[in-house]
Amino acid sequence: MKFLSEYRDPEVARQYLDEIQKTVTQPWTIMEVCGGQTHSLVKNGILEMLPDEVRMVHGPGCPVCVTPLNLIDKAVYLAEEKDVILCSFGDMLRVPGSEKSLLEAKAGGADIRILYSPLEAVNIAKENPGRQVVFFAVGFETTAPANALSVLHADRFSLDNYSILTSHVLVPPAIRAVMEDEATQIQGFLAAGHVCTIMGIEEYYPLVEQYQVPIVVTGFEPVDLLQGILMTVRQLESGQHKLENQYARMVKPEGNPNAVKTLKETFDITDRMWRGIGVIPESGYELKPKYAKYDARLKFEVDIPEAEESDSCIAGEVMKGIKKPFECPNFGKQCTPETPLGAPMVSSEGACAAYYHFSGMLDELNSVEP
Amino acid sequence: MQLQCPMPKLDFEVITLGHGSGGLLTNRLLDSGVFKVLQNDILDKRHDGATLDLQGPTAFTTDSFVISPVFFPGGNIGELAVNGTVNDLAMCGAVPEYLSLSFILEEGLSVKEFWEVLVGVKVACELAGVRVVTGDTKVVEKGKGDKIFINTTGLGHLHPKAQIDIERVKPGDQIIVSGNLATHGMAIMSVRKGLEFETTIESDTCALNHAVLALLDRFGPAVHLLRDPTRGGVATVLTEIARDTGLGIDLQQRWLPIDRQVAGACEILGLDPLYVANEGLFIAVVAEEEAEAVLAHLREQPQCGNAAIIGRVTEDHPRKTVLTSSIGGKRVVNMLAGEQLPRIC
Repeated sequence: MKFLSEYRDPEVARQYLDEIQKTVTQPWTIMEVCGGQTHSLVKNGILEMLPDEVRMVHGPGCPVCVTPLNLIDKAVYLAEEKDVILCSFGDMLRVPGSEKSLLEAKAGGADIRILYSPLEAVNIAKENPGRQVVFFAVGFETTAPANALSVLHADRFSLDNYSILTSHVLVPPAIRAVMEDEATQIQGFLAAGHVCTIMGIEEYYPLVEQYQVPIVVTGFEPVDLLQGILMTVRQLESGQHKLENQYARMVKPEGNPNAVKTLKETFDITDRMWRGIGVIPESGYELKPKYAKYDARLKFEVDIPEAEESDSCIAGEVMKGIKKPFECPNFGKQCTPETPLGAPMVSSEGACAAYYHFSGMLDELNSVEP
Repeated sequence: MQLQCPMPKLDFEVITLGHGSGGLLTNRLLDSGVFKVLQNDILDKRHDGATLDLQGPTAFTTDSFVISPVFFPGGNIGELAVNGTVNDLAMCGAVPEYLSLSFILEEGLSVKEFWEVLVGVKVACELAGVRVVTGDTKVVEKGKGDKIFINTTGLGHLHPKAQIDIERVKPGDQIIVSGNLATHGMAIMSVRKGLEFETTIESDTCALNHAVLALLDRFGPAVHLLRDPTRGGVATVLTEIARDTGLGIDLQQRWLPIDRQVAGACEILGLDPLYVANEGLFIAVVAEEEAEAVLAHLREQPQCGNAAIIGRVTEDHPRKTVLTSSIGGKRVVNMLAGEQLPRIC
């Protein structure tokens, strides 16, 4: 497949691996921020191909994983008690709330629909004028523009039966939170290529300067990841810290100006709760006051008490890269994708689930029976 | 193949509860449609059950079909219901002969749609060479079904050379797929409400018995195991084989045959083709020394032109299926917790 197969070429991958091996002289700890990158690293078996000196840790960039438990409870409540048509991306459905997942609510008769595009939810609202339609708007900067656009469309059509339940989160504040943690061991970052396709790369320069860490904007295919790792290792070995763009075929420095404009018109930046991590200041989007009527939280009176997370889950330490999934005593035992105790086990992009699904080969996992 | 089967003239256009009552309306529906389209000397007796003359080892299987939508690119639920059961018999190394056919219809279904499904059943039966010898029709209230559910049960005598048994799987055996992966699942996905995308992908649903029986005629005992990777896809079947044999399976990502459009659709939707459902595909685990000959033979068969060796059975990593990725990395392939759900980004 053109534009894909060349980034999965075994010979090119081998050359990058050899180059990483030649370059590295001491141990380095690098975080890939995005869950999509975690998924690709594990799915392609890259982690075990890397030299021992290169330790990859898996960041908090899995939108499904960091969506607060309370918000899932709210979505379930809206679908069950308020008789709304609740529309969602597919992988949110299996995430357990404090009592049940959306998939279980659907099995109980709630009208929950899996969509690829929030604009489709607007169409559903148009086709069902007698019912309220709520889109569960989670995700990073990549999905936010389409969700913003859905609100603008609903506004253009004066739809009073459409709203979104937002939990948008942003990458740069997450990098800041990781670096502000005293226990952090992260020495370099692979920034999420698709987020930068939308937002551009400007907002990463201050992070590079403040924390003196290399950041390499990186794509998602195996060769992209290996090249991004090589670029980071080269900086680390030569004592540099700068922002580089491995994913230049997609990422322009200014990002996608139309998408950014739509975001600015629709959303304000707000503090946001990250499941497993806690509140990160100025780390998410909420609808601007002029679009408040499209905010499901304001539209429906939903007062769901905060549920307790399992205290045996080390999700925060995993998502900040302080611990590896298999260092958790519950990993693969009490905590599995079918019975997750915490956020990173719930989506295939979460670090724990990715390890669980794909990494049975790793020595650390040999004692775990999948 | 399209059969010329003009729809009978009826004085009703939709199925109502009365058509499942067993009374006059049921008889009118059956007289006009089912018995005529599917007629054969056993069904024509119109008894409560069929009397069959079975001799020797016989394979017996049942399956229910609840696919949504009922009509999809490349087929409909009627064809699927015949092919699915025919293929399950073929995977036992059996020659499919007789089917039962039970409909659960939802009130309000148009007779035209029912007729199209019936014609689908007829076409599939003729292509597979099987007969529907008994059946049933029930109607449920609107909202309690999804247009049409079908159950088929099948019987067939074992091929004399068939020795299909999970216990015959040995280290060194080669794993062959009969064609492209993931085609059926992506064809369905392309028309599912809310997820539609433009494509020319068509379901690969077909009867595999002719290809399988030709394989058994020629290679007989060299074929150790046959499986059709429907729900859960190739990955699920291979993990089951690894689990049940206690052996390991090595799988090569680069050898997996996948149509370019299907691969592209999987990429866009974030789905792994290894877990996507297939309908016109089988996996054969064959003796190492015959594998190349089996492959060459299969590629001559209709529907099997893209057959490929995709891996081997090994004593290494017992009970695990290990995939070597396109760039040479290794990972374990596990069963999924549930249905594959499209990812956010």
